[in-house]
Amino acid sequence: MNKFAKLVAALLVLGIVVLALIIFVPASRTAPVSSLPANFKAAEGHGEYVMRLADCKACHTAEGGKPFAGGRAIESPFGTIWSTNITPDPKNGIGGYSLDDFRAALYDGIEPDGTHLYPAMPYENYRNLKEEDVRALYDYFMNEVAPVSEAAPETDLAFPFNQRWGIRLWNWLALGDAGHPDLYDDAVLNRGAYLIDGVGHCAACHSPRNTIFAQAGETAEDSDYLAGGVIGNWPAPSLYGKGSAPEKWSANDLAAYLSTGRNSHSAVAGEMTQVVGESLQYASDEDMHAMVTYLRHINGKTTGGPDQMTNLATDAGNDADNSIAAASSKRADLSGETVQLLASADPAMPLGARLYLDNCNACHFVNGKGAHGVFPALDGNALVVSDTAGGLIDVILHGARMPSTDKRPERLAMPGFGDRLSDEELAELATFVRQGWSNDASAVTADDVAELRAAGFAH
Amino acid sequence: MARQEKKRDVVIVGLGWTGSILGMELCNEGLDVLALERGEDRDTVPDWKYPNVADELKYGVRYGFMQKPRNSTLTIRRDLSETALPYRHLGSFLPGDGVGGAGMHWNGHTFRPMAEELELRSYVERNFGADIIPDDMTIQDWGVNYAELEPYFDRFEKIAGISGKAGNLNGETVEGGNPFEAPRSSDYPMPPLDQTVDSNKFADAARKMGYHPYPRPAANASRAYTNPYGMQLGPCNFCGFCERYGCLNYSKSSPQTCILDALKRKPNFEYRTNAEVLKVELASDGKTAKGVTYVDANGEEVFQPADLVILAAYQLHNVHLMLLSGIGQPYNPRTGEGVTGKNYAYQTNGGTALFFKDIDFNPFVGAGSNGHVIDDFAINQIDFAAEGFIGGSYISSGTFNGQPIRSMRLPAGTPKWGAGWKSAIKEWYGHSMSIGSHGSNMSYQSNYLDLDPTYKDKHGRPLMRMTFNWKDNDIRMTQFMKGRIEELAKSMNPDIMQSGYKSKGAMYDVRPYQTTHNVGGAIMGSEPNKSALNRYLQSWDVHNVFVMGASAFPQNIQYNPTGTVGALAYWAVDAIRKDYLPNPRPLV
Repeated sequence: MNKFAKLVAALLVLGIVVLALIIFVPASRTAPVSSLPANFKAAEGHGEYVMRLADCKACHTAEGGKPFAGGRAIESPFGTIWSTNITPDPKNGIGGYSLDDFRAALYDGIEPDGTHLYPAMPYENYRNLKEEDVRALYDYFMNEVAPVSEAAPETDLAFPFNQRWGIRLWNWLALGDAGHPDLYDDAVLNRGAYLIDGVGHCAACHSPRNTIFAQAGETAEDSDYLAGGVIGNWPAPSLYGKGSAPEKWSANDLAAYLSTGRNSHSAVAGEMTQVVGESLQYASDEDMHAMVTYLRHINGKTTGGPDQMTNLATDAGNDADNSIAAASSKRADLSGETVQLLASADPAMPLGARLYLDNCNACHFVNGKGAHGVFPALDGNALVVSDTAGGLIDVILHGARMPSTDKRPERLAMPGFGDRLSDEELAELATFVRQGWSNDASAVTADDVAELRAAGFAH
Repeated sequence: MARQEKKRDVVIVGLGWTGSILGMELCNEGLDVLALERGEDRDTVPDWKYPNVADELKYGVRYGFMQKPRNSTLTIRRDLSETALPYRHLGSFLPGDGVGGAGMHWNGHTFRPMAEELELRSYVERNFGADIIPDDMTIQDWGVNYAELEPYFDRFEKIAGISGKAGNLNGETVEGGNPFEAPRSSDYPMPPLDQTVDSNKFADAARKMGYHPYPRPAANASRAYTNPYGMQLGPCNFCGFCERYGCLNYSKSSPQTCILDALKRKPNFEYRTNAEVLKVELASDGKTAKGVTYVDANGEEVFQPADLVILAAYQLHNVHLMLLSGIGQPYNPRTGEGVTGKNYAYQTNGGTALFFKDIDFNPFVGAGSNGHVIDDFAINQIDFAAEGFIGGSYISSGTFNGQPIRSMRLPAGTPKWGAGWKSAIKEWYGHSMSIGSHGSNMSYQSNYLDLDPTYKDKHGRPLMRMTFNWKDNDIRMTQFMKGRIEELAKSMNPDIMQSGYKSKGAMYDVRPYQTTHNVGGAIMGSEPNKSALNRYLQSWDVHNVFVMGASAFPQNIQYNPTGTVGALAYWAVDAIRKDYLPNPRPLV
């Protein structure tokens, strides 16, 4: 054998050994970021609170299924990933998990037998959790959740994504240190950053993905941080930079959106509906204030203390003059090309505008401003003008419903118009709203609509 | 043998306005509450979604949201000598069924009664003498006065989100409101709706005659609104599909838009639909109720035990259930004894149509509660002794809708079909308006409700029998209003004018729609031998049964009943919370 062949053989053997090690040697688990006494006990209710903010229930509960029994389909670019049973059932759930096992799932995405979880489980973010919160969460799942003895469906992705050992390589590249550093001299900002980056795992949707599909940007130092992502066909709008909601909305509007799913500009739709309904509405006033303060801070805005924020429970928001008179018939408001076109009621107006009058105008009005907290504005709405038009098309096709929240319980709904508009008509209409008023987004084609119509209603 | 369900603190019969109010307030008190609704579940989307609900044939003509006579009806006769026959085709009145009740398909006129109306007999006796009250007229005081109810009117207006303009704020007259109303502690939560051409034209003419027009208090939101439960309304867009429809736009106040999503969040609240209550079950001594028996969606009989029974069904059904359950002595029209079924009353309405060749009224712009109103001929403005009747009306004008099947007002004599009809439609659609009189209806010894001796419903229960006819007093009242309205209408110089008012000898006709303002039969009052309920809407005889709704009205007010029904519900539930629950007993 010549030297070259020996080298190749040696490399091959080395490769096989490394591969074998990757596959067979258990991955190391991250240690606790701080040590707590063995008898540490979280405050009553804190475990459930952390679960709410971490939104475990939304993903780990199937539509109409038992809480935390898994079986919810998470669509990924690589195929459908089924959420797992995380009830304390020993056989089908996590009843056999030790605290270290539990932490390894949260921090490293590793099951007790070494199987890697798909990163649809946002352990990239959960590894920021403080040990106190890990412990509280563990106690909650072991002691307060009812065990469900039902197996969740197995995730079965196509090759090569079914080779879970590969995730180990991804983890090496994608995961930073565990724990969340306090970057500010301000307890409110540190709390806000911790909630946004860790428990709330906002970046899982709102940060773009880099070349290896890891969340781009780790802190507000990075320009990609929370700069907007895409989930399926839906945009997750940017939370960072000029024109982003935290940059342009008031603190009260931001808090209203996050805790009730609606404010004077917009309303939640798509995945965010569940985030508000299952998670954010449960945030304490202090934590909501911290998140809002942090999101505004990274966008260069200062926010007053919690007492400066209106109590939504008593702020009826009824003072704004958004009567139909103000919205549609005050002559002073009839400025702007789009408003004039719509208000002309000219039968010869372009199809998109005509369809808007026939289908949308009753709630969203000729000025595209909607009505405070009830009908979202379309002018300047992030979903409407996103480069990813899928969310807008989906809402027009299938409608949308706001979540019921403690402060705003009404499940206000927009009906779907898919049964009434052809692909061509819907494309004309979507293009009209994407380009009406101050909006300036790309046109939608009938093919875009046809594709989403064929995909059906996914949430 | 009926299946038995787990006992509840409270069972509510019917999930319309009053059932929702009682559910919310009693859940807030920490009680375990179950509501039983005989009809379907309903919500804005999908049941009233745009554009499907704007279907006049399905909902306006074929009564898609109303009760079906084959499932539930009553028999009707006009006097004691007639044999009552079943009301097999809806006409005169349209009870709803399903979640939201009639509160989902109303127009939204939300008035308070005049203070005088709540103490009508005393008011008449004090000011005009008892001798002006006809012998067969059985009007009574309500047992509660306006000052006591004022906070509850205020509460209901804030929950329902009413658009309007106060005329009397804490005794101060406010320009542009109704100067004849009783004092209000606060203004309406929203300013009035914008008004249509006919409404403004009427208001101008009324002002010229020295009258005092004010915008109709509307359960149609004039802007975005959030109520004290956090529930929300969006601004009304004047689509003109209110009455007989669910609102497609979250703009009309209803249990759905004002209460239900907040109530459904409560862990101590449950509701079951397709659950028709057959009877309230009484304890052997007859002094308390044990619960109710209902038929579930599968036709199975279920006994639902409860500590407190709230009857919150439609007026007719509340009375029917009381008669079937033996709550209160049935009323006997010959002796005047008994209370259950006593003092059924209705509403005395009329109107004048005005046609103007040269005015385009744009009738497709309408809202259920659009319009201006004058109270210059209302109950507290009329000298009953001089005019020869007891009662009054509000007079109003405003377009509710311009729907093509039922809202094609045409001059008398126009052919009903064919070329003549078509050309008249072309000529007159959009060129007319109307002025209406919405009047009181007194109660009489021979207008009452009891069980029918012949007809039974699908469950084998006797149908309820209505005995009702128009009486001279109310006809004199409406004829008086005709005179006032025609003067006003003439001052507007219409090309054609035509009136429709009941005249002497008019007999009750169940075929044309009149109004769904059926009242009485389980009236409230201060004496157990004269009323079925005490002032807190509590049965005098069965103290854990409270009966909501217009069945409590001892005679009908001149206004639409919902504002009063809502206020009475809040008044009653306050008494239940503060006084009854700590010590369950007859409160009076």
